[in-house]
Amino acid sequence: MATNIGTSVPRREARAKVTGRARYVDDVVFPGMIQGVTVRSTCARGRIRGIHFGEGIPWDEITVVTAKDIPHAGHNVVALINDDQPALADGVINHPEEPVVLLAHPSRALLEKARAAVRIEVEPLPAVLTLEDALAKRAVVWGEDNVFKEYWIRKGDVDAAMARGDVVVVEGEYATGAQEQLYIEPNGMIAAVSAVEGITVWGSMQCPYYIQKALMKVFDVPAEKARVVQMETGGGFGGKEEYPSILAVHAALLAKKSGRPVKIIYDRAEDMAATTKRHPSRTRHRTAVTREGKLVALDIDFAIDGGAYSTLSQVVLSRGCIHAAGPYDVDHVRIHARAVATNAPPHGAFRGFGAPQSLFALERHLDVIARQLGLAPEEIRRRNFVRQGQTLATGQVVRDDVDMAAMLDRALVASDWKARRARFAEENARGGSVRRGMGLATFLHGTGFTGSGEKHLASIVGAEGMADGRVRVLAASTEIGQGTSTIFAQIAADALGVGYDDVEVATPDTRDVPNSGPTVASRTCTIVGKLVEQAAASIKAQLLADGALTEPYDAPQLRAACARFVRERGALRATAEYRQPNGVSWDDEKFRGDAYGAYSWAVYVAEVAVDATTYEARCEEFWALQEVGKVIHPLLAAGQIEGGVAQGIGWTLFENVVWKDGRMSNDRMTDYIVPTSADIPPMHVLFEEQPYSGGPAGAKGIGELPMDGPGPAILNAIHDATGISLTRLPATPEVIFAAMERAGG
Amino acid sequence: MAEAPIELRVNGVACAPCVHPMRRLLDVLREDLLLTGTKEGCGEGECGACAVLVDGQLVDSCLVPVVQVRGREVTTIEGMADGTTLAVIQQAFIDHGGAQCGICTPGMILAARELLERVSQPGEADIREALAGNICRCTGYTRIFESVLRAIELERRQVSGSAGAWSKPGASRAR
Repeated sequence: MATNIGTSVPRREARAKVTGRARYVDDVVFPGMIQGVTVRSTCARGRIRGIHFGEGIPWDEITVVTAKDIPHAGHNVVALINDDQPALADGVINHPEEPVVLLAHPSRALLEKARAAVRIEVEPLPAVLTLEDALAKRAVVWGEDNVFKEYWIRKGDVDAAMARGDVVVVEGEYATGAQEQLYIEPNGMIAAVSAVEGITVWGSMQCPYYIQKALMKVFDVPAEKARVVQMETGGGFGGKEEYPSILAVHAALLAKKSGRPVKIIYDRAEDMAATTKRHPSRTRHRTAVTREGKLVALDIDFAIDGGAYSTLSQVVLSRGCIHAAGPYDVDHVRIHARAVATNAPPHGAFRGFGAPQSLFALERHLDVIARQLGLAPEEIRRRNFVRQGQTLATGQVVRDDVDMAAMLDRALVASDWKARRARFAEENARGGSVRRGMGLATFLHGTGFTGSGEKHLASIVGAEGMADGRVRVLAASTEIGQGTSTIFAQIAADALGVGYDDVEVATPDTRDVPNSGPTVASRTCTIVGKLVEQAAASIKAQLLADGALTEPYDAPQLRAACARFVRERGALRATAEYRQPNGVSWDDEKFRGDAYGAYSWAVYVAEVAVDATTYEARCEEFWALQEVGKVIHPLLAAGQIEGGVAQGIGWTLFENVVWKDGRMSNDRMTDYIVPTSADIPPMHVLFEEQPYSGGPAGAKGIGELPMDGPGPAILNAIHDATGISLTRLPATPEVIFAAMERAGG
Repeated sequence: MAEAPIELRVNGVACAPCVHPMRRLLDVLREDLLLTGTKEGCGEGECGACAVLVDGQLVDSCLVPVVQVRGREVTTIEGMADGTTLAVIQQAFIDHGGAQCGICTPGMILAARELLERVSQPGEADIREALAGNICRCTGYTRIFESVLRAIELERRQVSGSAGAWSKPGASRAR
């Protein structure tokens, strides 16, 4: 019985959200609760020589925490992958937003005065502020060479292919800027500490078990003394993947010392300046291609700026470099990838996680090559698409029955590509202040953790029968706006053969739900959703095996059987744990093999208008065609694509993080511009569905995919409109102005 | 200046919170009147998450000292539904995917409400303009436009040709 999947049931928490009753962390007040704030460093790198508490502040009323308050030696770290980031700076400053002192008091007004009265005396050290300076070792600020991680992907013989007589070699360099996630709810956390229960935190987050791990490390407590509860979360996009661990540790340190619950809510400026952003990137391409447009060899150098600590940079790097060769069949590929340290706040997870950066470079470069060869942008892609049975850069054999050429044709027809291009070329030739153009990008995005990541995570999902006969799903995957609670209920309901309302989805609370891994990497629906399907099916199987239920049955019969079972036996529980599918293998050392269990595939098309008077580029219309396996909830799926495309448009045209001495200087919404309702074009979202055996009902990942396409599609359209080949994001009017001036336009 | 009772009406109910007159309306609503549906996104009037209606006019409550609304009628998201019956625009946001993470939703719904009060038959261009002060980072706005358009359509069907259907009795027009 599959009646829920594929239909747009009402999202679970929608009513609470439209009535203002949904409870976010800042909406909660606990008795005796006080506020916490953070005092940060003000220079990019140095040694702390002293911390001075100024006059005129009643310091005896204020709870003050420094690194000295972390009781256990070696535990002043934010546990993640490498333990190189301190929870509070101790002696050394590595970026201008490094937390040094924490303060708590009931009065926010007094806290602001107190924060301003703390002076951190720092002896400056040479800092590295750009990716290229880090690679050139202008100063060594991390390890021996500023390199957090380096990967190589090698396929075939690139040097021999480049030397062939029948190829043209085309070079290019591309760069992308940082991007702020700008979830509208800033980061926030409440902590309470008691002798009996240990530490409990409530907050805005994507990954409860990351936070638990961080608390366990700093406070040296077992899991049962570090409880993490997710509140309604006002957007994440990766920005609440690793950063909330820091907030939780800070709030808990203050709570422990003050003996009262402590709430820390960042204001917008602090959130923008201090928390993670998308990694800036630089990609160099050297490509051997035949005159007919067949790609022979790709030589790619990909580098990302990780900021001051290693955090998730190596994982961002791996996704970025695997996606760098795109959805193409190329015999010879060499990808050199490095993540480097600079003295900026650590860059982190943001929707797409490295792939938008490297795919931007490739898809922009292909248009440059096509022009050089006199080919249409769609033709060079059509001649190189990977097909079932062929191999990607890591040697992964494509199992999907994907037909990118057919998808390309569908997108070209949907966007009336040929006729529009011809019309715009004619209009542009006539002059006038507005030039129009069309651009496209074709790409893929891997579902779930990279390589053997899912195997190591070994995620678990639970399900349990409730006294009223409904079934409750227990998972740590968070609802952050994307629809987790809704699709989990759909998936479980279909696996059980009951209605959508017969399933409850538990709030992620580490006391109640098992570790289903983080809510990242387009893995929630596919990887965790599959476990939801299995756990629910296991509940049904237990009822059938027990004789409590016999097939065929209807929903009321299952509910009755479930309620009776719970009443008579006390509990009806099932768990499902991730097992790597047969035939999937990955070599972490050689970086070869099946990088992802599945890929989603896409063709995106943008129409752009460039105003030759104001140098403003506008995206006028957008077409997003993707193959994502079975679509579980059409409305939510379309919403994910539209939202991702909008963020992509922002990254491409508006969102410019301005750096000054390692700090974001435009740390407010007045100066950091994201798309408004007036900036977003009409969007046409189109799906193709090829069920994937590893996903629930055949679903693959959706969330990150739409971030990959808008950047290159829009810049390719600007190239089409103006003849100007832009190579970096964002393409603000200033950038377009400079490029057109250079070109004499 | 000392704290003093500030008389105003919130969602049709008279009240007089005793607060500093320069306290932000946003904080009075959230902390003194416990109406936490109004959200703070930026604190500088850029994002619209804190938008409320003052005598029918859309304002960012983070920029308004409470003394400025003395004697006036403030409408927050909590005042949109009639008991358990949702306003048409609220139901439309549920049905058409207008809310994802939900943090911009209260302000967005009030901005839509203000438009529907002000313009009898708004088209898509009107909607884009009216919502341009409310930032949504999740939806790409498309489903929000859809929600507002469908609400207009529904209202038109329910109450033929009367824009007044959007008004609560006694609510004054912004312009």
